[in-house]
Amino acid sequence: MTQRTMIQAITNALDLELERDPDVLVFGEDVGKNGGVFRATDGLQDKHGQKRVFDTPLAESGILGLANGLALQGFRPVAEIQFFGFVFEAMDQLIGQAARMRYRSHGRFHVPLVVRSPFGGGVKTPEMHSDSLEGLFAQSPGLRVVIPSNPYDAKGLLISAIRNNDPVLFLEHMKLYRSMRMEVPDNAYTVTLDQAKVVREGKDMTVIAYGAMVYTALQAADEMAKTKGVQAEVIDLRSLSPIDTDTLVASIKKTHRAMVVQEAQRSAGVAAEVIAQINEHAIYYLEGPVLRITPPDTVYPFAMIEEEWIPDTARVVHGLEQTLSL
Amino acid sequence: MSAVLEQTQWVPFKQVLNSEGRVVDPDLMPSLSQDQVRELMKRMVTLRVLDQRAVRSTRQGRLGFYAPVAGQEASMIGSEYATRKEDFILPGYRDIPQCLYHGWPLEQWMLWSRGHQQGMEIPPEVNFLVPQIIIGAQYVQTSGMALAFKLRGEKRVAITYTGDGGTSQGDFYEGINFAGAFHLPAVFLVQNNQFAISVPVNLQTAAETLAQKAIAAGIPGIQVDGNDVLAVYAVTKQAVDRARNGDGPTLIETLTFRFGPHTMSGDDPTRYRSKELVNEWEQKDPLVRLRKFLTIQGLWSDEEEEQVMETVKAEFTEAMKKADSAPKMTVSSLIDSMFEQLPQALQRQRAEFARQEA
Repeated sequence: MTQRTMIQAITNALDLELERDPDVLVFGEDVGKNGGVFRATDGLQDKHGQKRVFDTPLAESGILGLANGLALQGFRPVAEIQFFGFVFEAMDQLIGQAARMRYRSHGRFHVPLVVRSPFGGGVKTPEMHSDSLEGLFAQSPGLRVVIPSNPYDAKGLLISAIRNNDPVLFLEHMKLYRSMRMEVPDNAYTVTLDQAKVVREGKDMTVIAYGAMVYTALQAADEMAKTKGVQAEVIDLRSLSPIDTDTLVASIKKTHRAMVVQEAQRSAGVAAEVIAQINEHAIYYLEGPVLRITPPDTVYPFAMIEEEWIPDTARVVHGLEQTLSL
Repeated sequence: MSAVLEQTQWVPFKQVLNSEGRVVDPDLMPSLSQDQVRELMKRMVTLRVLDQRAVRSTRQGRLGFYAPVAGQEASMIGSEYATRKEDFILPGYRDIPQCLYHGWPLEQWMLWSRGHQQGMEIPPEVNFLVPQIIIGAQYVQTSGMALAFKLRGEKRVAITYTGDGGTSQGDFYEGINFAGAFHLPAVFLVQNNQFAISVPVNLQTAAETLAQKAIAAGIPGIQVDGNDVLAVYAVTKQAVDRARNGDGPTLIETLTFRFGPHTMSGDDPTRYRSKELVNEWEQKDPLVRLRKFLTIQGLWSDEEEEQVMETVKAEFTEAMKKADSAPKMTVSSLIDSMFEQLPQALQRQRAEFARQEA
């Protein structure tokens, strides 16, 4: 066990998988000598060599095309998109190619690819760095989408993603990279890719969140307990595609009320899908409608206004009060 | 377009046979046996008949998607003939012939054309990827394939195809640039058939040749008469050998022309091509040229050609029968092919369809 930040847990996971499996390759922009702009790949090129960990030309479609070609020949590429807003350049290689190869060839070809990318707001970036674009990918068949919220999950989920034989999009919230340390085992372990996790138990209502919003939800739940004596159960989705409906339903059977918090803008996103699935599988256990607390339907805002745009504890508390009163 | 058939200031232009079937560049004449040259002729005749049958079958509703290949036989056959079975082809949607000669069973291509999932469930030892629909996407994947061969120390080559329109894509440049930067065993082939559906090359680019785009990526570019099967073979063979020997990638532009429409889905080429232009290219028919070359030497006869035509007709009919007997596709089998381990939500959806299908 070692105390690790999320970024250290990610580096550790990459290191162990590079060690374990000679087919694992790590590449992207600045991931080699520089160790990545966030140091996610720090020291990995020195340790594993330039054939395993390397810099690419600055071209996102080229990077994921390279990854697809390698994966089709049996390598297990872990490609980095330097900031997730840059993924627009590579949408075809991810959604149009990687995610369809197994289906397209009736299983003759498959793409064991992991795409890692930092995203998420609250760190004062220029435009196109912080956007929560996970909804676009959660809607894409053939692709798994994972967002860890802590160092332990980050390591276990990343190792699972690397060992999985289908493409996995692994999104890392920038605000969480160094916001906490926790005990992380030194050996390799896996966290199942498509399971949500109850991170706070409660009997009165269910709050569903992912990424940095897990902490906002937890703070709001604590405040509700303190001020109103209400015990909210908080679920960290961890996997946005597929969504672990069973864990949500089990919680709602107990609490009868639910709310979703997401950092992405409001419409047609993961929160909408979660609510639809609750409708399909748990509507008879509900005592009121399922609300979602989200930013408005705008693009991710300029840095001067992002704190007001992202849901904060007060907005989540307000949402919880509303959910209870309906 | 005849101007580009002359030596340009940017890249070399190569030709072995002129349109009369006479050797104009003995140095480039590939070292093929008489039987091998006759084999190239057989393949081109086969392809011309196959194309006619495919066009007809499409009209009859017995095939689905088809992009005609008549006119481009030399570019397709000559380049594939320069590869080995272990080399990997990343084709565009028109590049069916290269895949067939690389091992795609005819009936499976027919299934693919119809939109049947088993069409691309090709045997494991056959090395080509599903014909690409997104123009240029295969170029970036080719670099990945080639890097895989390089990292494993395998003496294999990745070869990819696109058309003149494809060279306008960002992926085209990203693909050749990655291959150059990593010094990869890759061959990038552009079949310049003069029109991207309806848009002529001079509206695609101000570049005098498409091969010169290689210069920006720091790799060799070469232009070849794409209706001269011996020249296409020779130039591709050199590029494939270079790649296999660790000397890096090459971009090849073949100058050719499709006689038919873009696809069989309603394209009318008379809207964008003049009769004169079509006539001009018909004078450069790749089959006529090689036939002249072989006939001069007494290596080809009408009887032989007739026999090849009869053989392919019989094979086509036989393959169509096999394709017709393929099991009907099901939605549940489609769902099964989305993931190795089916997520729970998809399992539920699968169960619904499986019930209906039972």
